Amino acid sequence: MMRFLTSLLLGLTILAAPVYAQSGPLRLELDQGIIEPLPFAVPNFVPDGPAATQYANDISRVVAADLTGTGLFREISSDAFISRVSSFDAPVQFADWKAINAEALVTGAVNVSGKRLTVRFRVWDVFSGQELGNGLQFAGTTDGWRRMAHKVADQVYSRVTGESGYFDSRVAFVSESGPKDQRLKRLAIMDYDGANVQYLTDSAAIVLAPRFSPSGDRLLYTSYETGQPRIYVLDVDRVKRTELKTQDGTMSFSPRFSPDGRSIVYSLIQGGNTDLWKMDLASGQSVRLTNTPAIETAPSYSPDGSQIVFESDRSGTPQLYIMPANGGEATRISFGAGRYGTPVWSPRGDLIAFTKQNKGRFHIGVMRTDGSEERLLTSSFLDEGPTWSPNGRVIMFTRESQGASGRATLYSVDISGRNLRPVRTPDGGSDPSWGPLQK
Amino acid sequence: MNVLGKVIALGVLGVMAACTNNDPSALGGAAGGNGSILPGSPSDPRSPAYFQQTVGDRVLFEVDQSTLTAQAQTILQGQADWLLANTDFVATIEGHADEQGTREYNLALGARRANAAREFLISRGVAGNRLTTVSYGKERPIEICSTEECYSKNRRAVTVLTGSTLG
Repeated sequence: MMRFLTSLLLGLTILAAPVYAQSGPLRLELDQGIIEPLPFAVPNFVPDGPAATQYANDISRVVAADLTGTGLFREISSDAFISRVSSFDAPVQFADWKAINAEALVTGAVNVSGKRLTVRFRVWDVFSGQELGNGLQFAGTTDGWRRMAHKVADQVYSRVTGESGYFDSRVAFVSESGPKDQRLKRLAIMDYDGANVQYLTDSAAIVLAPRFSPSGDRLLYTSYETGQPRIYVLDVDRVKRTELKTQDGTMSFSPRFSPDGRSIVYSLIQGGNTDLWKMDLASGQSVRLTNTPAIETAPSYSPDGSQIVFESDRSGTPQLYIMPANGGEATRISFGAGRYGTPVWSPRGDLIAFTKQNKGRFHIGVMRTDGSEERLLTSSFLDEGPTWSPNGRVIMFTRESQGASGRATLYSVDISGRNLRPVRTPDGGSDPSWGPLQK
Repeated sequence: MNVLGKVIALGVLGVMAACTNNDPSALGGAAGGNGSILPGSPSDPRSPAYFQQTVGDRVLFEVDQSTLTAQAQTILQGQADWLLANTDFVATIEGHADEQGTREYNLALGARRANAAREFLISRGVAGNRLTTVSYGKERPIEICSTEECYSKNRRAVTVLTGSTLG
């Protein structure tokens, strides 16, 4: 994995191809409440020789799974295909794809030469008979075939929706095993779809809530390895961790990076009281941001870095507040029934995702930054800890089942509230942090 | 909250002192002793086992509260007396929460509970430098069902004797 990341040469080439001045009329408008998924077909990419056959099949399947997994697309089974695509450059038989109601068609070819893998693909608007965007070529190593498949799917997604995709991204999380009263936790990282799980710590100490840096190169997390909860920063590629020296003899937790990656905001416990602090990573200097006898925790920056949304029980119950990034007067934004926690600012800046506890149920919800237009997306015995996809369209979170055999599982849900689905992990999973689109 | 749950919780509080617990961080039989009583055994009043089982090493809290109940104050008074009589011991007070609530909030709540117990012991004369606190939030439940019967036992502050200079 690490070798792949450091040696990957992800070339991107626009294929010489007929160029249309405008893309076709095929377009999914994500804000218009899509109910019917768009039917598409991904005939197996054409291998340039026997060494490429398995990769061609696998890449086609991952592209299809990425698109289907959004809930916005519906794959048409190859059983229904009339046309076969046996040559990448042969003209597309649009009538054959229209006949099976495929609105989008993805064709591709895969070449393998030693350890080098090249994927070429085109996206077609079947009904207009035109290519959607230009043909593209990605080149990398065979080890990185899944990333290339995700990059193809990201291109298809963005060409059809007009928004950037999120498939070539990773998720850091806490892998959980063992019964509830002897749970073992390990920090782990994986592709967004659950593939390529890699463990970053052992389970000797409790670890909590990894948080990606904006560029995805580092993770903040909380570990009990000294006996007290303390914040650590981990270099993802080198799997090397460093304790952040907050204040001696105190507990610190709930860290999050600033959008420029140069400072963090976190909770520090002193004398039983939890306040928010900010640390400059270069100097290690911390400054206090809140000073109340209430609990202040779960801070998250606005994407422009000017504000921080956080959770406080200063009103008597946990509620959401926004304050300037250097501290100062906070404005309460949550006023609905129940208790609100773990607010996370969306990458687009327009929404705040949160955990809500009301009448014995937990919900993941979103609201505007002024607290208006609250919408609950999920409901269960225990949902918590939302994290945003890089494009702000999907939220991943922790769902814990009830009772003695209770188990934590990662779930994702579209911000429309549709497409709730578990994210597969080898063991239980909690506290996801969705990283940025990879370069 | 369900009334039956409360009654059970209060009942449990009384029993708790006599009940063995499976807290892996608790010391057992580490301290020495004198006389005919088996040193370190629960019948040795200077032993951590005695502290844990007879004095009572933990106090319980109401939902989302860190205020000490009358029962909790009684147990903590016993802990203070014991710590004042056994000055070679130091203790870590572990604060815990039930699973209702977010991870972050529960971590902060557990810290409040541990601190409430620590402040009480200090107010009864135990030196503050003998008492450290740690919060586990909802990470270390001792009971695993998802009902008030279990929750009431998980909302706790446990005084764990962490060291002694006794031979």
